[in-house]
Amino acid sequence: MPQSRPRYAYRCSDEQASGRPQRHPVIVVGAGPVGLTAALDLAARGLRVVVLDDNDTVSNGSRAICFAKRPLEIWDRLGCAARLIDKGVNWKVGKVFFRDEPVFSFDLLPERGHKMPAMINLQQYYLEEYLVEACAANPAIELRWKHRVTALDTRSAPMTLTVTTPDGSFTLQADWLVACDGANSALRGMVGADLGGQVFNDRFLIADVTMKAGFPPERWFWFDPPFHRGQSVLLHKQADDLWRIDFQLGPHADPVEEKKPENVIPRIRAMLGPAADFELEWVSIYQFACRRIDRFRHGRVLFAGDAAHQVSPFGARGANSGVQDTDNLAWKLALVIRGEAPEALLDSYHDERAPAADDNLLHATRSTDFISPKNDASLVYRNAVLDLARTEAFARGLVNSGRLSTPTPYVDSPLNTPDEKTFEAAMRPGSHCADAPIERAGRPAWLLEQLIEGFTLLVFGAAPTQAGLIDTLAAGPVRPRLLCAGHDFKDSQGLLAARYDGRPGTCYLIRPDQYVAARWRRFDAAKIRAALARALAIAT
Amino acid sequence: MPLIRTPNIPDPDGFYKELMDSQREMDAAQAAAMNARLVLLLANQIGDRATLSEAIRTAAATGRPAGI
Repeated sequence: MPQSRPRYAYRCSDEQASGRPQRHPVIVVGAGPVGLTAALDLAARGLRVVVLDDNDTVSNGSRAICFAKRPLEIWDRLGCAARLIDKGVNWKVGKVFFRDEPVFSFDLLPERGHKMPAMINLQQYYLEEYLVEACAANPAIELRWKHRVTALDTRSAPMTLTVTTPDGSFTLQADWLVACDGANSALRGMVGADLGGQVFNDRFLIADVTMKAGFPPERWFWFDPPFHRGQSVLLHKQADDLWRIDFQLGPHADPVEEKKPENVIPRIRAMLGPAADFELEWVSIYQFACRRIDRFRHGRVLFAGDAAHQVSPFGARGANSGVQDTDNLAWKLALVIRGEAPEALLDSYHDERAPAADDNLLHATRSTDFISPKNDASLVYRNAVLDLARTEAFARGLVNSGRLSTPTPYVDSPLNTPDEKTFEAAMRPGSHCADAPIERAGRPAWLLEQLIEGFTLLVFGAAPTQAGLIDTLAAGPVRPRLLCAGHDFKDSQGLLAARYDGRPGTCYLIRPDQYVAARWRRFDAAKIRAALARALAIAT
Repeated sequence: MPLIRTPNIPDPDGFYKELMDSQREMDAAQAAAMNARLVLLLANQIGDRATLSEAIRTAAATGRPAGI
């Protein structure tokens, strides 16, 4: 039985009622997962945020499901993750079958010692509902429902937005706009942005089915199973015993016919067996595209999420990368709005997130080509890989039913300061910080919980103790917090030192988004200052 | 390492026969499937991306249309 989704009250804003447009430092357009996360992050960075959404409820139907470790770490930093993990289904193992035999399995988090799980499955409507509640409880965030942006004038600063509500149209002003208005973004059109990439012809049927099933909480993918010959099937467990089943239909499927329950139910019966007890909650047909916007920054309009990039779903790189967009953007935008960093810092949002989008597009496209071979030759090769995978270990790694979302390191970012010395650990500049279990004040804790505000200088070995030290590390008004391993907390299991090659004297300059900006083998105030300035795009 | 284009197979006629014999009873689809598996197995044996790329380019450039 489908549950009813929450409906949020429309309210005519004082601004509209009074006819006096206000000037807002930042407005977020779109209250989906990415827009809501952007609002929470901007608020966490000290800004007041208005969020405009053209409807008054959460997402309808079956959409994003799989939320990966890095987005969970972002939501944990924002204080939202516990609820998501509690409601969601925790998983890390995926299995791939060819016909009726297993051919490949993967484990997304083979090592221990991380606070967040590798992946949770949670219906997008629950994610949104919890994020809306977090936003509604935050006095710095104002959610405005049934507010549709119909025009944007960027010719002068601040920008003027024309917004339509049930009470008519009005204008408001914004210094900065974060466009999270989805795949069919109206704002993209309003700034004249281009969207480049490819659309795929293959159609997929998705069905949300409630059942008490004996499948384990693992991602299961079938190529050419007996119950759906010549096509692929994907199975995921969600909250509330709701299972998501994707059936590949091919490019010639008739979406109108395929959506009919009388055509869907036999497919599910063939898969689950004639005695299976299930209820069909949702059916839809989708096609997908792998595309991205030309520039993530168009003047004072910044694009994030599906408004900036769309991917095929194999690999869960859509919402997960959208949330990583806002993680990258929010701290930069806050510093710029406060005048603590130059506007040029926002160019690095494109410099860092566009290659990440390209990486996601590449992986998603490759998976799609394996799942939907484009010609006879690729079909022959695709099946050759699957046949060999049964007995040949090398072929298993070629089986591509989706390479699951991982953060893309910002290897060429202008904000990084390159290593001068050799480090064993993978935590090079441009990498996100790996979590590690620690002990603080005698209680178990986690490294990432210590990296939630501003820049951090993580120091291994003896704590630098000179008075006024922090001031010597400042770049303009920005200075890092000092965090000393062994002094402020204990590396109780030695995993921090192992993951960071933390020999005594080693220092890491870590950005507000928990990414490494620079690292050294010994403390050098001048170098730290220079790296901090570079990470803020301050020209020296 | 560069693609070896000078003779490198001992008893080349024997190898050729072995390969043809392995597909003698196969129809075109079966042989194509086997050839794809063989390509992947041998590619893994070579293991060097530069060599493999050169082999792919060489094979693509010297292909002749079917029926000629």
